[in-house]
Amino acid sequence: MATIVLPRSLLQLFPAAEHRVTLPGATVGELIQGLDQRWPGLQDRLCDTGPLLREHIKLFVDGEPANLDAPVAEGSVVHVIPAISGGAAGHAVARRQRPQRAGSS
Amino acid sequence: MGESVLLLVGTPKGSFIVEGGPERDGWDVRGPSCEGWPIHDIAVQPETGALFAGGGSPWYGATVFRSDDRGKTWNQSSEGLTYGEEPKLKTVWNVGFAHGSIYAGVEPAGLFRSDDGGSTWSHVSGLRDHPSRPEWQPGNGGLILHSIVGHPTDPAKMWVGISAVGTFATEDGGKTWDTRNKGVRAGFVPGPAPEFGQCVHKLVMASDRPGRLYQQNHCGVYRSEDEGRTWQEITAGLPSEFGFPMVAHPRDPDTIWTIPLNGAEQGRYVPDGSAAVWRSKDAGSSWVRSGGGLPNENAYIGVLREAMAVDSLRPAGVYFGTSTGQLYGSRDEGDSWSLIAGNLPPVWSVEAAVLPD
Repeated sequence: MATIVLPRSLLQLFPAAEHRVTLPGATVGELIQGLDQRWPGLQDRLCDTGPLLREHIKLFVDGEPANLDAPVAEGSVVHVIPAISGGAAGHAVARRQRPQRAGSS
Repeated sequence: MGESVLLLVGTPKGSFIVEGGPERDGWDVRGPSCEGWPIHDIAVQPETGALFAGGGSPWYGATVFRSDDRGKTWNQSSEGLTYGEEPKLKTVWNVGFAHGSIYAGVEPAGLFRSDDGGSTWSHVSGLRDHPSRPEWQPGNGGLILHSIVGHPTDPAKMWVGISAVGTFATEDGGKTWDTRNKGVRAGFVPGPAPEFGQCVHKLVMASDRPGRLYQQNHCGVYRSEDEGRTWQEITAGLPSEFGFPMVAHPRDPDTIWTIPLNGAEQGRYVPDGSAAVWRSKDAGSSWVRSGGGLPNENAYIGVLREAMAVDSLRPAGVYFGTSTGQLYGSRDEGDSWSLIAGNLPPVWSVEAAVLPD
């Protein structure tokens, strides 16, 4: 069993979900799948198709940066944290990287 | 039983609901809702009265929110709202309704449909199967599907507008799509107008005349009398060919409104800093400026493609929101205007609905 700590902004979307959830799982990805079984749709908010972790969501296992494949030990604590890199600036960077039709909108 | 007018406002800081009575002389502003997510469009499904709001969070991805209590509480689902591994879906730009289904237009451009009230979504893949798709190019707002127009009686027919790709139509329920851009200029590419690549900004259907469509384009304003197969330019009489919104009268197929901006490369604000809505009552043959009640000097405001709406009352109410957070309304079909709310976030979208109390 490991404990996963969810951000407040995610809990607003799933009012029945809890801030700290203890559940079984060998990897972070399995923990998130477990969350999705309890609160359907929660995995979609943290992961894109693949599943791949969304660009501006960060995971930490016992304080160390982690990905979905990271193993979790008995008693591990996993933090899910929205990255400071999200928001308008991130959108602007993404837009500038794409070619645009000259002068159109 | 009384009626309420709901103005549904999408902003980068959540959605807002502005509610007034049928006399439309007083308004209450509620919000932000949808947890402060960037919301590109919010609309009422006619059959159910449910509100649907489409948007996308930089952290949590794209989704569609639903409210069954006029915006007091919301839930959301993006199950099935995916192209698979690539391309990644960024946000929902438009929500539309046709024959009981809910549609979501998204970025990168594509169309999704829900037949279960927004719980799950399926990709209308025929659109992105169009052979032109590898050549689709984004405009300044992104590669976005922003206009969804259903046919009032024929569920097999639908039109969509994509920037900067153009208008597409299906006549087989979304299995196959054709380009519908003949007669529309594309002044930002050399040579004659291409089959696709036109930058449609907003596409609407005339009321009570399904064959007639109107569009505000990057390069002019147009009318089609043959379901978009050919277009006739109706820009003459307007102060600029450039603008974003276009709305059609709820009962008169000849009446439309738009808000010209000074130009694509000149700052994109109302000409001379004097705000005005332009109305045609003869299907675009002539236009009349209406600025009474709007700021007539030092008003360097813009109005985006989704940010204009019309209600169904008599006379019709017309509303628009600005990129600087003002919401204006007219209860006399655009003859005069007044400020409804002055300090909203930048307004991305405005929809109007009349609901029973």
